[in-house]
Parts: sequence; C-alpha cells; structure tokens
Amino acid sequence: MQGMSSPFLVGNGAGFSGDRVDAPIPVVRTLIKRGLPAAMFFEVLGERTVALAQLERRRDPELGYEPMLERLLSPILADCFNARIPILGNYGAANPAAAARLVAKLALKLGLPDLKVGLVLGDDVTSTIALDQLPVHEADDSLDMKAARLVAANAYIGAEPLVRALADGADVVVAGRTSDPALAIAPLVHHFGWSWDDWQKIAVGAACGHLLECGSQVTGGVFWDPGFKDIPDPANIGFPIAEVTADGGLVITKAEDTGGLVDLRTVKEQLLYELHDPSAYITPDVVLDISGCSVEQVGKDRVAVHGLTGRARPDTLKVTASFEGTWLGEGEVSVAGPNALARAKATAEVLLQRMTLRGLPVRTRVDLIGVASVHDSDDGALWRGYQGPEPPEVRIRLAAEGADRDAVDQAAREVLALLCCGTAGTGGARWRLTPRILTRSYLVLRERVPTTVSVRTAREIAS
Amino acid sequence: MRQVPLHEVAHSRAGDKGNRLNMSLIPYDPAHYDAIAAQVTEARVLDLFRHRGATKVTRHDLPKLGAFNFVVDDVLEGGVNGSLNLDGHGKTHSFRLLALLVDVP
Repeated sequence: MQGMSSPFLVGNGAGFSGDRVDAPIPVVRTLIKRGLPAAMFFEVLGERTVALAQLERRRDPELGYEPMLERLLSPILADCFNARIPILGNYGAANPAAAARLVAKLALKLGLPDLKVGLVLGDDVTSTIALDQLPVHEADDSLDMKAARLVAANAYIGAEPLVRALADGADVVVAGRTSDPALAIAPLVHHFGWSWDDWQKIAVGAACGHLLECGSQVTGGVFWDPGFKDIPDPANIGFPIAEVTADGGLVITKAEDTGGLVDLRTVKEQLLYELHDPSAYITPDVVLDISGCSVEQVGKDRVAVHGLTGRARPDTLKVTASFEGTWLGEGEVSVAGPNALARAKATAEVLLQRMTLRGLPVRTRVDLIGVASVHDSDDGALWRGYQGPEPPEVRIRLAAEGADRDAVDQAAREVLALLCCGTAGTGGARWRLTPRILTRSYLVLRERVPTTVSVRTAREIAS
Repeated sequence: MRQVPLHEVAHSRAGDKGNRLNMSLIPYDPAHYDAIAAQVTEARVLDLFRHRGATKVTRHDLPKLGAFNFVVDDVLEGGVNGSLNLDGHGKTHSFRLLALLVDVP
C-alpha cells in the first residue's frame, strides 16, 4: 500500500480526435508496471468537434460521440479495470449517453459486467440557455447573427462533476464538453482530497492537464525537426505520464519502451502552447499563472515543473456556440518540370479570371503549393512576389467560399476543367466541397450550468 | 557576432485561438536570451505578419523559463472557421518566425 507521500500518476491516451489509436496501450502498461495509484484521460474535443459531432447525431441518434472510442478503449479497458485505474474523457462529445452505452456494451463483451460507467451531463446548454442575453466573449467576424442557424451550444464544465463520478466509484467517466485540464484535475482532487480553493494545488492540476492534454506534443510530437531537434523513433512516440505528489510536485515523463522524449525543450514548448498571457490561463477550476515557473531535468525523460501558482476561479464559464456556416470548395492540380512556375502562375490567373467570367458569388484564394501557400495571404502577395529558384513542381490550389452551395461547387469544378483546358502538363486534379461551422463564445454564470452525474454498472446500463 | 536564422539558435511552436496566434520562442542556449530579446521585437514580428492583416503583437517574456511568448492579433484571416488558408490554425507560422535573421555572440 502506497502512502500519501507517494505520487499519483496521470496518463494521457489521446490529444485530439484523430490521434494514434494504439498510443494508450504502452501508457497503461507503464502505469500498471509502476504499481502506483493512477488514472488515464483522453482529450478528444477541439473547439468545433462538438458541433461536427452534433451534426453526426442529427443523422443518427446513437452517434455523435468520439468515433474512435471503441478502438481507443478496447485494448486497455480490462487492464485498467483490473488495476483500478479509472479512465476519464470528453469522448462523449455531443452524445455522452450513447457513448456510455457503447462503453457498457464493450465492458460486457470483455466480461466486465460490474464495470461502473459514470455519465456526466449538463455541458449541453443548446436548449437551456438563451444565448442572445449573454455577454459575447469571442466571435468569428463573418458570423451574421440574423441569419445564423445554431448547431449546438456547450459550456466548458470543470472538474467537480468528474470528481463526483469518481467518488461514486466510476471506472470510466464519460463526459461531453469539459475544460481540457479538468480531466487531469479531477483524479488528482479525488485522490489527494485537495480543497477546491487550494488554488496552488489546483493550479498544479491544471498545469498537469495543460501539459498532457495534447498527448505526444509534450513527448516529441510537433517538436521533432530533423538535424535540429531529433527524437528517437518518431513512428512510435510514447504518450505522456505525469507524476503528481500531494504537496503539488509535478514531474512529466512518458510511457516506457516507446519513442519520443521528454526534456526541457518539449516541456517549454507545450507549456506555452495556445497560451496568451502566461500569468492568466483561465480554466473553470482555477486561473493558472506560469509566469514564474521553471523546469528542471530530473532524469532521463523526466522533467519537473516548479513555481506554478494559481488564483481564484472565475464566476463564469465559457460557452461555445456553433452555427451553420458557409460552404468551402477546394480544387487542386499539379504541374512539374521545366517552366513549372510560369505555368503555375498562369493557371492561378486563369482560375481567378474564370470566377469573374462566370459571375460566381464566391470569395476565392489561390495558393501555389511549393512556392507560397500556408504563409501567404488571400491576395497571394507572397507567390506573386516570389523571386526564388525555379521549383521542381507546383500544386495549384483554389479555395472558394460562399453561402450558395452550387456556386461553390461550380467554383471548385473549374479546377477540374483544367485537366483539358489548362496549361501543358496539368494533372492530378482533386476537388471537394465541405460545410463550414462558425463559432461564437459567451460567458455564463456557473450556477446556470447545473451538471448531473449517474454511475451505473455495465450490466445495469445494458439491461 | 554572427548572423544566423533564429532556427539555428532557438525553437518555436505555434497555436491558435480564434483569429489570434501565439508562438513560443525558446533559445537553446540561455546565453542568447538577451540578444534575442533585443532583436526579436514586437515591431519586427508584426512586420513579418503584416501581409496577413496582423494588427498587434504582444511579447510576454519568461526569463525564468528561458522563453518568450508572442501573441499576434488578427493574423489568421478570420481563424480556422472562416479562413481559406490550408493552415487555418496557423500551426506553420512558428517556422516563419524562425526564418528571421539575428546577430548572436
């Protein structure tokens, strides 16, 4: 039996919807091998993911949760249950109840009828809160509220309901929109019994969640830069594990026998990821201040984070509302070999001319991929001014956006037409049409977002 | 003193929130911190992203961590929901920053 002075381990199994599905396996193996009290969490909801999931649920009322949920949990569920390692996640997305039923079904299939699933509801405020009476926090410029059609509105809920689920014995906690750090704060508060207004401790939990929530991003993912920042075995990056002590000590490490690394550089990059004012990282549970923090390498793949502080949590929660947006059409073709740049530039001009000739009501942009694209502006300032060497090949991309689906489709198909009408040696046409989502976030008093928690066995849920 | 791209002496990661981008800038060698602080100014970074409509750059200095955090307003062409850019999140911009030339000891 471990005393309270020994660390609690928090493992992360996914940093976004679309992450490597085999990543959780070595994390769980490491947690079990170390034999310390531990929890696993999965963070799979980006800003727009809930809206996309809501559209999925409209098509099928049993869908709208993380599509990879079964793949992520199948290989680890029995091991975690047997080792008393609770699993938490926001994989419920727009349909946590259906996700809970899936977990129950999976548990029965694995012979675990007594596995307890904790269902956390309340983040979905689509039908409970009138948005037009709330102060706006941030909004997409192009959102016209008079014409906007709401898809979903979800509040970023904190760790409290997750802790209630753990206290009621949940082996798997299924939630929708939670703040990302809450998924790490909850098992720590549950284990150590930290007081909710012990801001320094909650800040450590929030930093733990922030560092782990993007999975491999703290262990070498989006870090490796061949020849400059090399990492071992990038095809097999180990996902992160945090060691947290009752007094708020925090060490970041990773799954054993995997690739990637944890060093001062990876931890610094992730500490500042998506952060604006380092002294005020606002979460529903605490305002985290990393402005005075420092990092220390305390072993191979082990970095301690010192000097984290916190202030009282805000009275409000952030609600992100998603609205049906416009249509995006994209088309691409390639040219290669001698005179590729001239052919690419001519193709770009002709595409823009075609938009005018056909009078299509769309906003457009052309990129010359291989010359200038992702760093360029809509008017193509960089590719137009390009003075560099002749590129071996260029891919020409047209992007068109508008409210009229057919016009956008027609714009994208103009790229396809280049297969016959384009410059010499034009090939490799692709085009597609996708609906867009617009978001607007609001602040709402936390009292207006009540949550419910129900913990039932897999057997009970399935019957 | 020698002139080098930032990429040789520092690393960076970009992230987004709406139409706002943040980029860390982390010198490999703490001895370069002051030289980078003096040369990679808010004004210079704003110039780098002016063609994208950037309106303001705020630099937060974290000397204890050995890092800077740049916050660039209005640079993401409306952000991931509205942008026509392939990289609506602006994740690739850290390497635009790292192409800046600096003089280091």
